[in-house]
Amino acid sequence: MSEFLQQLLNGLSLGAIYALIALGYTMVYGVLRFINFAHCDVFMVGAFIGYYLGQHLPHGTIWGGTLVLLCAMIGCALLGMLIERLAYRPLRGAPTLNVLITAIGVSLFLQYTGQLVFGATPRTFPPLFPSVNFNVGTLVFSSNQLLVIGVAVTLMVALRLIVFRTRIGTAMRAVSLNPNAARLVGVNNDVVISFTFGLGSALAAAGGILYALNYPSIDPLMGVMPGLKAFVAAILGGIGNIPGAALGGLLLGTVETFVSGSRFSTYKDAIAFAILIVILLFRPAGLLGKPTVEKV
Amino acid sequence: MRRLQSTLFLIALALGALGVVCPHETEAADEKAPIKIGAYASLTGSEATWGQSYERGTRLAIDELNAAGGVLGRPLKLLIEDNRSRPGESATSVRKLISRDKVVAVLGEVSSGRSLEAATVCQQMRVPMISNGSNPKVTEVGDYIFRVAYIDPFQGTVMAQFAREHLKIDRVALLTDNANAYAVGLGKFFKERFLADGGVVAIEKHYNSNERDFKAQLTAIKASGVEGLFVPGYYTEVGLIVQQARQLGFDAPIFGGDGWASPQLLAQAGESLRDTYYCDNFSMETDSPLVQRFIVKYRERFHEDPDSIAPLAYDAVAMLADAIGRAGSTGAAKIRTALAETQAFVGVSGNLSLDAQRNPQKRAFVVGFKEGRYRLEKTVKP
Repeated sequence: MSEFLQQLLNGLSLGAIYALIALGYTMVYGVLRFINFAHCDVFMVGAFIGYYLGQHLPHGTIWGGTLVLLCAMIGCALLGMLIERLAYRPLRGAPTLNVLITAIGVSLFLQYTGQLVFGATPRTFPPLFPSVNFNVGTLVFSSNQLLVIGVAVTLMVALRLIVFRTRIGTAMRAVSLNPNAARLVGVNNDVVISFTFGLGSALAAAGGILYALNYPSIDPLMGVMPGLKAFVAAILGGIGNIPGAALGGLLLGTVETFVSGSRFSTYKDAIAFAILIVILLFRPAGLLGKPTVEKV
Repeated sequence: MRRLQSTLFLIALALGALGVVCPHETEAADEKAPIKIGAYASLTGSEATWGQSYERGTRLAIDELNAAGGVLGRPLKLLIEDNRSRPGESATSVRKLISRDKVVAVLGEVSSGRSLEAATVCQQMRVPMISNGSNPKVTEVGDYIFRVAYIDPFQGTVMAQFAREHLKIDRVALLTDNANAYAVGLGKFFKERFLADGGVVAIEKHYNSNERDFKAQLTAIKASGVEGLFVPGYYTEVGLIVQQARQLGFDAPIFGGDGWASPQLLAQAGESLRDTYYCDNFSMETDSPLVQRFIVKYRERFHEDPDSIAPLAYDAVAMLADAIGRAGSTGAAKIRTALAETQAFVGVSGNLSLDAQRNPQKRAFVVGFKEGRYRLEKTVKP
């Protein structure tokens, strides 16, 4: 029983990380109907910003860790807006396939430039926040795991507040419904889209720092696998749906952990991607998504 | 204007292609021309510390030989390629070294998996290769492939005996990297010997290279109540595995093979490495004047202590130079014959007498973590 609870805890903390990354995918898709494949590499850049900043600040302090987290989020928000301006805006109105391929191109560009600039050798991420291990009965968990869950929940609530309670959020919802009509009622689409990318990238950075805190080995290709899993999680929960991303992430993390702890541990990744196939076959809108009918 | 542009573009493309395809210079068959030795290593990527250390050991040996007049009166020239710690690139690099650069022999690599890739190419193209890998399959590729390290059946036996006799472990768990030929092989040999010695392998778990989260596997391992954990993987994952294991409250001994050997392991896992052991090819605490002289030379040039990779690379060069000297020529077949006859060659890492399978019978050093670093626990003769 205690093994089951421990695995559940492991699964939830892994799932919280996937949920955090999936939030970024889902938000950009929700507003722009576009999968930003470069998201997982902005995640990697966020982790590296945290690595370099962390070398100039004392380790194990809450204020230091929070400062690094905020700086990385701002840095990546700027990077996201730059990517949007240079790579995606010129393709506004082009067929979706073109933009998709550009996104993959940006992703590869970030990965390999990262290898050139940061070097391909894995680095050890500094322990930014004070790291404490808790023992409740036979259950063991660390403060970093709690931090992930806490930050993920906070960011999700903040995102919901921004989207539903602010003017820019209303503008985002308007652009998501119909970009032309939004322009007609006076919404500046360029500003809204830039803001969306900035917000998504800030979430990616937060995901990157928290992932690096829990698995302190970072390298330029670290975003590929978590990004892919988070993408599956976003689709599982319903792409475009914020609580869907959270649900998808937690479900995927838990399933992956239980499979990994069982006899079938070698098939762990295969099962994660099999879930993607099953969902697309039977409920393509995702668990919390609304099936929409396209009028031809 | 468009026509002119496309014509210029095509001309530029053609010139570029010619520049790549044509050889850079024609070589005069000069007696004083340097002897070209090729090497491939993981200079960058996840196992970068190995590649960089390998290059240091190799260059130290080559520069020493050149300072003493070279081999057959000719200086040695090293051509080293980076395979970025990724599968597939070793084969390409080695093919290039042999066909374009015309090297007389190939040195590499620390990783058995990547050595296997390159060995196939070297055997096919009939160029001698000396590997540092420990998986027996590397030299089984063919008679042009040689080795300077011990092999995994021996390493597995050493660790199994160490676990049973020294650590007094009856029930053990295995955590193997499925994507790594070396790990799978070493795990299998360890298990065979451990079971033959009367132990029980209570649980076996797996992971893939480049994974970060092992808590699921470690939780299951901890719940099975084993007295020790064998992790035959590479240091990049081992560091995280040991950290996460200690975090989960798994305090039993964790041990492995020479895949653990890297300063990066200590940088990554630090104090979590208490009560861990692994088997290695070289120990600085060896009481031999040759070894101590090597350590002094290495420290002088690189301002740090040698790890266990550089001495083996150094020995590979020395063994090759000795073989070329005995062969009296740089013909591949003659070098191969001379290498196969290597007997009682005393290298820095031990006695290199190659057996019929072109493997040396060498000592293994089991090290344990005490007071901040790994120290020699036990020396095992073959």
